[in-house]
Amino acid sequence: MSGLVTPQPRFGLRWFANHEARLIWRDFASLVTGGKPGRMAVVGLIIVCFIAGMHVFAAYLLGPVVAEGLVAGKSLYLTISAALLMLFSLMFSQAIESVTRAYYTRSDLDLILSSPAPSHRLFEVRTVVLAFQTVMLSAFIAAPVINTLAWLDGAHWFAAYGVLAALGVIATSLSILLTLGLFRWVGMAKTRLTAQIMAAVVGAGFVIALQLIGIMFGQGTSRLSLLLSPETLAAAPKEASGLWMFAKAALGGVWEWIALVAASVLTLVLVARFSARRFAQDALAAAGVSEHSGKAQEFKGFRVSGSVRAGLRRKEWALLRRDPWLLSQSLQQILYLVPPAVMLWFSYGEGGMFYVVVPVVVMATGQLAGGLAWITISGEDAHELITTAPVPPRTILWAKVEAVLVVIALVVAPFALAMLFFSAQIAVTLIIGAALASGSAVVVQLWFRSQANRSLFRRRQVSSRAATLCEALVSILWAAAAGVALLNPLFAIVPALLVMIVFLVAWFIRPAREG
Amino acid sequence: MASQNTTALEISGLEKAFDKPAVRGLDLNIAGGEFYALLGPNGAGKTTTLRMVAGLLKPDAGEISVFGSDVLKDPIAARQKVAWVSDEPMIYDRLTPMEYLEFVSGLWGIDREIAEKRSMELVDWLGLQEQANQRCGGFSKGMRQKVALAGALVHEPQLIILDEPLTGLDAGSARQVKDVLLSKVSQGTTVIMTTHILEVAERMAERIGVIVQGKLVAEGTFEQLQELTGKGKKTLEEVFLDLVEQDDAANAELAA
Repeated sequence: MSGLVTPQPRFGLRWFANHEARLIWRDFASLVTGGKPGRMAVVGLIIVCFIAGMHVFAAYLLGPVVAEGLVAGKSLYLTISAALLMLFSLMFSQAIESVTRAYYTRSDLDLILSSPAPSHRLFEVRTVVLAFQTVMLSAFIAAPVINTLAWLDGAHWFAAYGVLAALGVIATSLSILLTLGLFRWVGMAKTRLTAQIMAAVVGAGFVIALQLIGIMFGQGTSRLSLLLSPETLAAAPKEASGLWMFAKAALGGVWEWIALVAASVLTLVLVARFSARRFAQDALAAAGVSEHSGKAQEFKGFRVSGSVRAGLRRKEWALLRRDPWLLSQSLQQILYLVPPAVMLWFSYGEGGMFYVVVPVVVMATGQLAGGLAWITISGEDAHELITTAPVPPRTILWAKVEAVLVVIALVVAPFALAMLFFSAQIAVTLIIGAALASGSAVVVQLWFRSQANRSLFRRRQVSSRAATLCEALVSILWAAAAGVALLNPLFAIVPALLVMIVFLVAWFIRPAREG
Repeated sequence: MASQNTTALEISGLEKAFDKPAVRGLDLNIAGGEFYALLGPNGAGKTTTLRMVAGLLKPDAGEISVFGSDVLKDPIAARQKVAWVSDEPMIYDRLTPMEYLEFVSGLWGIDREIAEKRSMELVDWLGLQEQANQRCGGFSKGMRQKVALAGALVHEPQLIILDEPLTGLDAGSARQVKDVLLSKVSQGTTVIMTTHILEVAERMAERIGVIVQGKLVAEGTFEQLQELTGKGKKTLEEVFLDLVEQDDAANAELAA
């Protein structure tokens, strides 16, 4: 062996970081271009235009506020803290999602864990990368506001980027510790589901909680009206309180800024060190556990009946019921129905709140129907079985549409019933609006249907942006139609006509289908 | 079940092109109750051909008839007689094998009692008793393939089409699948299978078709193919490689 030179391994942090950076860039490029690299220039241009547009919009909103003068004090600290808390909930949600994905993405973990490379090195890098991704997301969202404030009020606002980075790092560190904890508390098999449901609830939780408090204390659904009310300001901590540290750092407070950034970096280093080895062990353990291991079912005998449609509907409902992750993803819209439901409860006897509640329910059902329609129509896991069955394609599609609409009816029914106590006209408007929004979203999904795996549900929005846009537009327009129909049904003609235009465009741009 | 006198599958002038031609004027006749192996190098057009027979792809030209039913003009009647099993078994992770079989039976309109009885038999036959009421999500490749095969058999098709059914299976599972297929053929069912495991085709198939670049270049029993290639070829592997080489040489000559 003396004549052989053993190749030197290159398992350094930089080597792993390069590898990770390349993967992330390609994943991002594939996501935004739909897998067609030729579109990169166009997509880049669209992103630049979007960012520019958001800056203009931010300037339009913030201009008058800044003109009045931004004075450091309780109300400004409270507003900044609330905004940061909202971004933190979003970052935390995103980080939980990313961390669980890192555990369960088997494609490269198998390779890395079976290689002679020290896997804890990779996980250290991966932790930093997760933090970076989390920070970038919030920076992308907050950049128009920060840049505009820096332009209008002074460069000290750029310090807010450091605060965002610190919060992103803390959110990532917390989500890693949470995931490691979940592995121990709820077991390998349930960690992903639990974490993803937590991510969904955390992501929407802060906004919804603010709305709920606002509704309960008679402030409506406006977040700011609650935050800046005299009661809230009186109850808030004194200006010298350490709780305003984040707000002060965002405003350019040097010591607060240094303390915050240093603390977050230290947290990340400690968590990365501590979790890297555990990460490798847990990822290996997760590899040996099926997420949906063979849970025994009670066999109740065959229920094969003469109706193929009934069988197909039953199958769709069983699959939905048994996939809590998919259900939690698609039913996230229901979370947004909680505030209007509470509003309905608290405003019993008042008429004005229907102009908010009815459109929100209509919009949410449209979005929910779109998601469920994608799952049942495009996300058919046994596509070949269904296609080769001696059943007309029309029958199969109808059964799937029926399965979706029954679920939607179950969601809308309690709202419609509650509204029936106020007025039959309002209940009927809600039912018609929800039916039209759901039906339209399903039609869009039928026109843009593709063959995909259910596990790609989260990517459905980028796989067909046209479908996503059309689906969102019809839901919004039917929500608007339902809202104005409460004032005067004739007014609903305008948004209804706009829906027809969206449909017309969707019909022309729908993908060609064989056969 | 079908006898050897009936024609199970009749393909004439079949053509399909994607970026380039995949199937080029293919003619094929397979008798009822026959075990037919379709061989060919990667990208030869085997899977494309069989997917067109199963109704999963629409041909650009040509005709396909399954036991007298035109696949293009009367697809429902044709599908009633066919079962398709792909190399990547597509089953529902969140259904149990029994629920899957119930669902398939419903699709093919099988009477409830018959479906339940057949499913029980198939589950026993394929050694899936212990997993019969567990969700398929955690199943191994072999078990998934067996569930898919049970789904293909539960409606008692006249023609079973299998695309690489033995890929990735352990020896025990592969043996079980082979036994099931041979048993079905002995009962009169027609089986068409693609495989890269040439020993399997040599031992199991009554007739073998070799497809290269979308064309059927040779067809017959193993002995007939041996005779065709001559030069003392002993195994199907040798015969197959010779046929592919001959075709490559002929194409090169034409191109020149």
